[in-house]
Parts: sequence; C-alpha cells; structure tokens
Amino acid sequence: MSCVQTIRDYGLRSLGYGERLLPRADYDLCQQFTLIGSGLIWNLYFAVLALGMGFVLANGLAVAKTSRSAMLRMPAEAFIFVFRGSPLFIQFFIAYEALVLLPRAGIEVMGLTLQTSWLTRAWAGALIVLTLNTAAYSAQIFHGALMSVPKGDVEAADAYGLTGWARFRRVIWPTMMRLAWPSYTNEAIFLFHATTLVYFSGFPAFQQKGDALYYASYFADRTFNPFVAYPIAAAYFIVATLALIWLFGRVNRRLNRHLPGADKRLRYRPQLVR
Amino acid sequence: MFSYCTDPSSLEGLVWLSCYLTSGTHLLFYASFGTVLLLLALTAPVALVLGYGGAMASRSRIVPLRLFGKVYTSMVRGVPDIIFFLFVPIALDQGFEWVRHQVLCDSDLPVWQGNDFVVCPAAKLPLNSAAPWVHDAYGIFLAVIAFSVVFGAFAANVLYGAMQAVPRAQLETAEAYGMTPRQVNRRVLVPQMWTYALPGLSNLWMILIKATPLLFLLGVEDVVYWARELGGSKTSAFAYPHPDWRLYYFLALLVFYLLMTWISGRVLDRVTRRLSRGQATMGGEAQRKGAVA
Amino acid sequence: MKSLTIAAAALALTAGLAQAQTVRMGTEGAYAPYNFIDDATGEVTGFEIELGNELCRRAGLDCTWVRNDWDSIIPNLVSGNYDTILAGMNINEERKQVVQFTQPYTPAMPSAYAALSADVDVEGGVVAAQTNTIQAGHVAETGATLLEFPNPDQTVAAVRNGEADAVFADKDFLVPIVEESGGELVWVEGGETVPLGEGIGMALRQSDNDLRETFDAQISGMKEDGSLNELIVKWFGDDALTFE
Repeated sequence: MSCVQTIRDYGLRSLGYGERLLPRADYDLCQQFTLIGSGLIWNLYFAVLALGMGFVLANGLAVAKTSRSAMLRMPAEAFIFVFRGSPLFIQFFIAYEALVLLPRAGIEVMGLTLQTSWLTRAWAGALIVLTLNTAAYSAQIFHGALMSVPKGDVEAADAYGLTGWARFRRVIWPTMMRLAWPSYTNEAIFLFHATTLVYFSGFPAFQQKGDALYYASYFADRTFNPFVAYPIAAAYFIVATLALIWLFGRVNRRLNRHLPGADKRLRYRPQLVR
Repeated sequence: MFSYCTDPSSLEGLVWLSCYLTSGTHLLFYASFGTVLLLLALTAPVALVLGYGGAMASRSRIVPLRLFGKVYTSMVRGVPDIIFFLFVPIALDQGFEWVRHQVLCDSDLPVWQGNDFVVCPAAKLPLNSAAPWVHDAYGIFLAVIAFSVVFGAFAANVLYGAMQAVPRAQLETAEAYGMTPRQVNRRVLVPQMWTYALPGLSNLWMILIKATPLLFLLGVEDVVYWARELGGSKTSAFAYPHPDWRLYYFLALLVFYLLMTWISGRVLDRVTRRLSRGQATMGGEAQRKGAVA
Repeated sequence: MKSLTIAAAALALTAGLAQAQTVRMGTEGAYAPYNFIDDATGEVTGFEIELGNELCRRAGLDCTWVRNDWDSIIPNLVSGNYDTILAGMNINEERKQVVQFTQPYTPAMPSAYAALSADVDVEGGVVAAQTNTIQAGHVAETGATLLEFPNPDQTVAAVRNGEADAVFADKDFLVPIVEESGGELVWVEGGETVPLGEGIGMALRQSDNDLRETFDAQISGMKEDGSLNELIVKWFGDDALTFE
C-alpha cells in the first residue's frame, strides 16, 4: 500500500472518515505519521475553541474578581480557586462521572426537552472542562495585569473625561492585555499541551476517534516500540507549538506597537503561570 | 480491621461503612496518598538539582554544553509533559537492562527477539526473585526520574531567568573586590537569585502537585488507580458489594488536591515574604516601608 | 577450549534456570471472578489466581503475582516486566503473532451482549467493550459503533448510564452483574451467547518455550485428574462449561 493511499485512508480517520478499522499488522512509518497527524486535528480543535471561549470568560472573571461587591467577587474567587487548585486530570474524571448522571431522556425546561447525551462525548464534555480550566488560569493572569495597570494611565483617562465602559475598553483593557500577554502566551502553550490528556482520562474514545497521543500510544502498544510513535507525536507538537508562539508574538507586537522597541521578539518570561 | 467486620454481609449502615472504609483495599488506598507525597518529596529536590545544572549549562562558555542546556530547557516548551511520562520510564527501563545485559550476561543472543525484549535473568532489573516491594520501589524510582527530567527543565528555565535578573551591579561589586568568577557565583549570584526565582519555583511546585495524578499512567498504583478500582461497582463476589461510587472517590481526591495546593500556597507566601526581606525589589521595598511606618 | 566454553555456557544456563525459578505472573485484578482484588487483604484472588498457584505448586515453581492495567498488559509482558499473563485473555490469531499461549485452561467461553432492554440493535447501535479485547475487535467489525474503555467495570457503567446501548464482554464476567442488577440489565435477544475465540489461555513471551512447555504439561495434568473442572465449577457455578 502506497503512502498516498494510506493518507487517503487515514488522513481524516480521527474525524471518522476513511478506513473504519485501524491498521492491525505491518505498521509502517507512513501509517504512524498519518494517523498521529490526523489525531492532531482534535488537539487543535480543543485548544482553539477552549482558548477562544476561555478568553472571553476569563475577562469577565478577572473584572468580577476586582469587584467591590462580594456577590460578584466571591463566586469568581471560588471558581478560580477550584479550577486552579486541582489537577486537570481529576477535573476530567469528575466532569465525566457527573455528566453521565444527567437524565438520558433530556431535561424538561418549560416544555422544551434539552438533550443531554452529547455532553458526555469528549468533543463537548472535555471542551467544557478545558474552557473552564483555562478561564480560571487566564483570569488569574488578567487579574494580576489589571492590578498593575499604571495609575497614571487611569488618571489620564479621567482627565480626558473618559468614564465607565469607554474608559475600560479604550484605556484599561488594552493595557491589561499588553501586560498579561507574555504570561497568557505561556498559558496557551500549557493548555494546548493539556489537550493530550482528554483521551487518557475519563472520556472514552468513540469509534477509535482520538487525538494525536491516543494514536501514538495505540502504535506504541502494538509495535512494543516507544521510540518511534512518541517522538513522531512530539515532533508534531513542537511544530504546532512554534506556530502558536509565532502567532502570539504577532499579537504581542500589535499590542505593544505604540511603545519603543516593540518590534522585538516576545521574550519568554520564566515565571510560569500555571 | 475491627473484630465485628468478619462477616460484612450481615452488617448495615454506619457499622458497615466503618468496616468498608477500613478494608484491606482501603488501607492500600490511604497508603497511596503517601506514594504521592513521597513522589513529591523525591522529585522536588532532584528536579531542582537538574534545573540548576541546566541553568548553569545554559550560561556556560563551552558551546556544546551551552547548546545542551538550551535544548534541555526549551524541550518542555514544545512537547507535552505526558509524552515524556509515557516515554521516559520505558526507555530508561530498557536502557538499564540493555546495559546490564552487555555487562552481566554471557550470551550472544540479541536483546530484541522479534517483539520480545529479552535479557538474561541476571540482567533483569529488579531481579525476578526480588521482593514485591523492590519492584514497586523501582516503578516509583522510574517515575521520579521521568518527573524530575520534565520538571528539571522547567526549573532550569526559572533559575536561568533568575540568574539573569540578579542586578549586574551586585556582580560587578563582587568582581571589584577581586573575587574569581567561581566566587562570584557562589557568594553572590546563587544566594541572590533565590528571591528572583521563588515566584517561578512556587508556581512550579503547584504544577508538580497537579501533575501527580499522571503517575497512574506510569503504572504506579497511586490515588487515581485506587479511586477508580474501589469506586467501580462491585458484585456480590466481593465482600462489600456496592453500586458505582467513583464520583465520590474522585470528589475526595479533588478535596485532597485543593487542600494540598491551598496549604502550599500559604507556606510559599510566607517564604516569599521572608526571602524578599532587605532585597532591592518591590517586595523588599514595601517591607522596609512597612517596618518604618 | 571449546569444551570449556560449552561447560561455561551450560553453567550459565543452569544458573539462569536456578534464578528463573521465581516466575512473575501478570494479571489485571479487575475482572471478577477471573481475577480481582480481595477487599480484606488487598491481594489478587479469583479463579485464575487459584489456578496459577496450583500450576506453580505442581511444577515446583515459586510464583508471585503482579497487577498491571489491561491496556499495557501485553507490552509489559514482552518487555519482560513479568513472565506470564493470566487475565482472562482469550486466545486469538492477532495475539498469537505477538505472544504464545499455553493450551486453553477454560473451554471456549462464549461472549455475550447485555443491555438495559432485550431488543437493542447490537449491529447498529453503540456497543461498549474493553480496549484491546477480542470483543472490541468483534464490535469494530460489525456495523456497531465501538465505545472503548480501559477497564471492564467502565463498560458496564457506560450501559447503566446510557452512554452505550449494550456491553459486549465474556459471558462469565457479565453473568453475576446481570443476575444482581435486579432486572436492570438483561441479555440482548440473540446475543446471549456469541462464540468467540478459542478459550482462555496463559500468555507467555514467544522466546520462552521452556516455561510454556512446563505450564502446558501441568494444565494437561489438571485436565486429566479433573481438578481443573472442579476449579471452574467452584468459581463459575454448576452451569459453567467444563472440559469433557
């Protein structure tokens, strides 16, 4: 079987297209590259959507955490504490065990039946956990950045007569983003790497559709040789991580474009955030 | 455990629960928390040493050494830690046995025979005849190495950054007193860098705590293994039949980890305050002003 | 000179044999009544543990038990972490390419589908099975959607909570679960008994011929004197299939 044929059969296997049965004998390099690469689609899917939704949620949480009203502040703090204080691995387990307890038939809300069965699937359930998880970590970063917005900036905004939402959107928020961005880049890398945990925790693989590491361990278990499949997965992740760093670097340059020396590369801050 | 537990099927309610929670398997479950703590206690210092070595290598003037340091410190940025955890223990185990095979065995047979990885009995690690606890200890040893390699790389990042952050003027002052580079390192750089490294290292400790459930993927019978094993529904073939209780077991683990991170956070805050005393940093300055006022 | 090397080799061989007297037996410890963990002691127990201990006693071997997750149970055998597997492992062609089996120590035990109702469509629905089992292989080949779990208990839980329409596993594993579910779980119509595999055997490394022959001889012995059938009846009940 030629490699082109293998790619045609297994290139989209992780999404359920192509050959139904995974290779069972005579594993070659092409199969490993194709299937592990195919699995990477899921890692990217989880990372992109969780970061996107988590970003929005994190902004809200960060602002709520600075709120003077305990009604807003306490829930935000509790949320951040629980999700930052416990391992993601355990969160996956608990989420899965809790989601399967939802009634199968759906929940009746005002005459409407809400379906629940899709929640136990990894694409939805694990995505929710990852979103909440990254939201908690990002909120902590954004909160720290919000606290270090220079007083002068806020006073200048006041002097221009900017108040409320306009002041937040035009002055405070851009500065907060600028300050938080290096740490947030770190968080994005961590989250991207954490997507490999999905199929190793509570969530079952459906029709053998899994992520890059699911297929890597499939091959490692069958060929009894960890020295091929895992390095392939690692190589994919290095490439994807470099792309992610490049992308976040672009954003960083844009956030800092008004500052002298903004064309410099994003400096890696060794103070990890996770 | 208790004398009335000999026939669990005749018990009910709290009495049943007291027997259930003290059964042999539950005692193993409780002991596995010790395994997690042991891993933390062993990994943290080893990772710190590796991290220190990595950071020093990255600053080295010898090019190959510096290159090695740079590759080591940046590898964890690109590859998910779980891949290392799956890969390193197997690779190490086979590596050790291969070396022992070359040294100890008087055999021309290849180590790889088809799918089989075969070394002579004398090269087995641990030996087949070793007590079960030796095998367990060896498993934990491999896990500690795997964790230390990964977290050592993280720590190297942090320490490298901290060394760069020590004010240049302090090092120059030391040089002006005529200290050799080694002396500058030992007497000024290393003592001074801790205050800059501490926030990063505290963070790393938190990450390490939260990575311990991955032990279960390394085949170590840790808290996750036992929570899954004990929580699963049990038929009457078992002494204590019950339905699926995994959710409760995992909630207990959640509480355990929240407690661990909460206590660590409190302790590390105190240490940070202690270390920034008298430092030319924001924290130190704030303390100085606080003391004056 | 030559005879000296032969003597040395023979010496090394016998020394090797003397050390190989300790046989490490791998099992899963999560597949009652084949193998499971005894609540009181925390040690493994079950049909296969009792059988394995008896085989070792007859062969004069010193055996210790090792628990290992099912997922990695074959990889850890071939990489030498233990020497045998007794874990309800059905003999089939795919596995024979990787490990060698003794003769089966159970008759070809059927598999079965269990579900919440008897009229579930096991050819088109969602069927849960344990990863890397012959049952999982079978489901993947039917039109059903395979849902894989790393441990057997989770496959049953998946049916209870509706995640899967049916579970497909060794019948002997499912019998106590179905019987004790109080009518919640039932056998699927037409899927009560699905013959699959060639019976359960002990798996060994392909390079370990001597050990296989030793165990093979002891299993034959236990078949002949009827003690194997007694063990099967003891653990699986009077209705269980036994050897002729």
